[in-house]
Amino acid sequence: MASSKNNTIKLKFDSARKYAPAPESRSAAKINARYDLFINGKFEKPLSKKYFGTISPSSEERLSEVADANAADVDKAVKAARQAYDRYWKKLSGAERGKYLYRIARMVQEKARELAIIESLNGGKPIRESRDFDVPTAANHFFYYAGWADKLEYAFPNRQAQPLGVAGQIIPWNFPLLMAAWKIAPALATGNTVVLKPAETTPLTALKLAEIIQEADLPPGVVNIITGAGATGAALVNHPGVDKIAFTGSTQVGKIIQNAIAGTPKKATLELGGKAANIIFDDAPLDQAVEGVINGIFFNQGHVCCAGSRLYVQESVFKQVVQKLKDRLETMIVGDPLDKNTDIGAINSKEQLNTINKYIKIGIKEGAEIYQSSAELPHKGFWCRPTLFTNVAQSNRIAQEEIFGPVLAIQSFRTDDEVIEKANNSPYGLSSGVWTDKGSKIFNLTTKLRSGVVWANTFNKFDPTSPFGGYKESGYGREGGLHGLNAYVKLV
Amino acid sequence: MVEKNLAYFPDFSVSPRIDQVGIEERAARFTKRSIKKETKLNGLLLTLNMIDLTTLEGKDTVGKVQQMCYKAKHLHDAYEGLPTVAAVCVYPTMVSVAKKAVAGSGVKVASVATAFPSGQAPRDVKIRDTKYAVAEGADEIDMVISRGKFLEGEYNFVFDEIAAIKEACGSARLKVILETGELVTYDKVRRASDIAMYAGADFIKTSTGKISPAATMPVTLVMLEAIRDFYYKTGRRIAMKPAGGISKSKLALHYLVMLNEILGEAWMNNEWFRFGASSLANDVLMQIMKEKTGVYQGKDYFSLD
Repeated sequence: MASSKNNTIKLKFDSARKYAPAPESRSAAKINARYDLFINGKFEKPLSKKYFGTISPSSEERLSEVADANAADVDKAVKAARQAYDRYWKKLSGAERGKYLYRIARMVQEKARELAIIESLNGGKPIRESRDFDVPTAANHFFYYAGWADKLEYAFPNRQAQPLGVAGQIIPWNFPLLMAAWKIAPALATGNTVVLKPAETTPLTALKLAEIIQEADLPPGVVNIITGAGATGAALVNHPGVDKIAFTGSTQVGKIIQNAIAGTPKKATLELGGKAANIIFDDAPLDQAVEGVINGIFFNQGHVCCAGSRLYVQESVFKQVVQKLKDRLETMIVGDPLDKNTDIGAINSKEQLNTINKYIKIGIKEGAEIYQSSAELPHKGFWCRPTLFTNVAQSNRIAQEEIFGPVLAIQSFRTDDEVIEKANNSPYGLSSGVWTDKGSKIFNLTTKLRSGVVWANTFNKFDPTSPFGGYKESGYGREGGLHGLNAYVKLV
Repeated sequence: MVEKNLAYFPDFSVSPRIDQVGIEERAARFTKRSIKKETKLNGLLLTLNMIDLTTLEGKDTVGKVQQMCYKAKHLHDAYEGLPTVAAVCVYPTMVSVAKKAVAGSGVKVASVATAFPSGQAPRDVKIRDTKYAVAEGADEIDMVISRGKFLEGEYNFVFDEIAAIKEACGSARLKVILETGELVTYDKVRRASDIAMYAGADFIKTSTGKISPAATMPVTLVMLEAIRDFYYKTGRRIAMKPAGGISKSKLALHYLVMLNEILGEAWMNNEWFRFGASSLANDVLMQIMKEKTGVYQGKDYFSLD
């Protein structure tokens, strides 16, 4: 259809971002002034005698301080896990292990509100997401793997699934509680014990989970949660008493871990970075595709390893899609993560904000055309306007490297083969998305796109029953679903 | 101006497709907005001002219509400064009664026409029905499309009929009722919306209120997106009227959030958006009084005309 010659046609959305404040009450969440290390079922003072502060990225306010575990603390935690494994956990029946997991799942549900508030405070994500996604999905993972605990013989017919032993688990700051659930639930279901290290910027919900685990009466030492930065993680990876490393985080650190465990009997699963291609064909339901793209890149401020950060739009609908994206961007509310109306919260840390800003500068320098929403940003804290780049080429760094922020690089394409080639032309291969009304096209693409997940006419959908993981530099091993059990057992 | 922009004739069989899961998820997202305090009060007052207060029954009488028209002008005099509703909506035979009853108040008179609600009548009857209502003084005409013809794929028939009724309307604004509950799929709602707008509709409207389901948020969203695409293509604004099934103020506020975030503030008035509803007004009044006094009042404190 012809497009209008009248360039002044523009919708106005100034009022769409101006709702009266509707903040979730902070008083529903109890945060201690200081947290120790959760080892052997108790909160214990660190041998390092050191603590570090943790802040709210939306206000830079100090929320609490947590212990900084050194190598001696890590050793203590691993030994506690080993002892619990040998003396108790590996001998327990699957049904009994399942009971504990069900109990944890129910307690996560009971404390959902408090967990959601702390997640938003400590991580910066909007309460709408922590309330409706992070916490319920975390509970679902515990429920799902609780169900497998006494059914492993059906998961692996004619084989015997034995636990690996002690799992060292290192998780990132983008989904602190959910990643803890992803890691802990399958490990316990299969009979392993755990030492988990949350990210240094977002330790609080993992420590809340430690309180839940304590209250659930899980045998001491089955789950140990220790806080610290890179050095703590390195000590855990290099500890000879650890049988398995499960890591989610950057490709750079993933490579260091792989190097460190080379030549040891340690098993590993690595869930690393991504630069997902989201592909819109001209026969797609455009408004729903646009919504999916928005959800794909701005969910959790773009701090998502499977974020749809590369958008490919078929040239015949390119202008229309960009127009729709810009209109949608204008209605997104950026601000206080605890406000129920917030769509985009705070960037997780100053360091990450600097990285994002660096890439925005690179994009401009590379000649890409920038569009940012006119949303006003709060004065304190770390913020980034949702950002689109058009006039992007495959050879631009903003189209190649993971930015891990609310920045979308948009390119056009002409034919199916061309877009398949471009989508696969990335060192990463975690996820991708296809938008078309034609079923045959979906199947053609899903067989040719080299990524762990391909979403069709939707994006960023997660379920505990569905495996998740990457190709190439996005890592190896699968988490979630039946496949997720595999990573924590040896089959005899 | 319209003719100039519509120099080409679109192929309605290729109207954009709608993904059911996606549109329903998007519609649900608007209900997550938390509307409080002054935003809520402003929204409620605006809702009142957007209502087409309606009585469309076989048993309608002069007395009944007069009473409703009084309510249209005086929603709840215990609260000073309330707006009136946008319009009253009646059958053609009641237009002159309503016209007299709301004279001077700014409240418009809308009349259903074209063999409402089924639309199963010859075109000349529909045109006479429309002309009669206009001659009686109707400011707005609410027509129904021929759903049978639409489902047969006779899009040109539907298009021509709307264009003919538009001509019969003269200066009265034309609302085109798609009766989405009989079209069933979102794809068809979108196609019917496109046909109506290109054929000259001033408003597109979901339902007669006689068929269930009537207005829903996803259906209204499909229509709002059609209006937006049409606006970008032609520069012409089309108004929207969801009708039937909206009886609670909370739901009405969700609709306003959706309108505000799809079409923007230019549509946030009763020239461009209406609620077709009869029981919505009292629920809104109850909420407004609660905002003012801090307590809920029983429903017997609000008049039932």
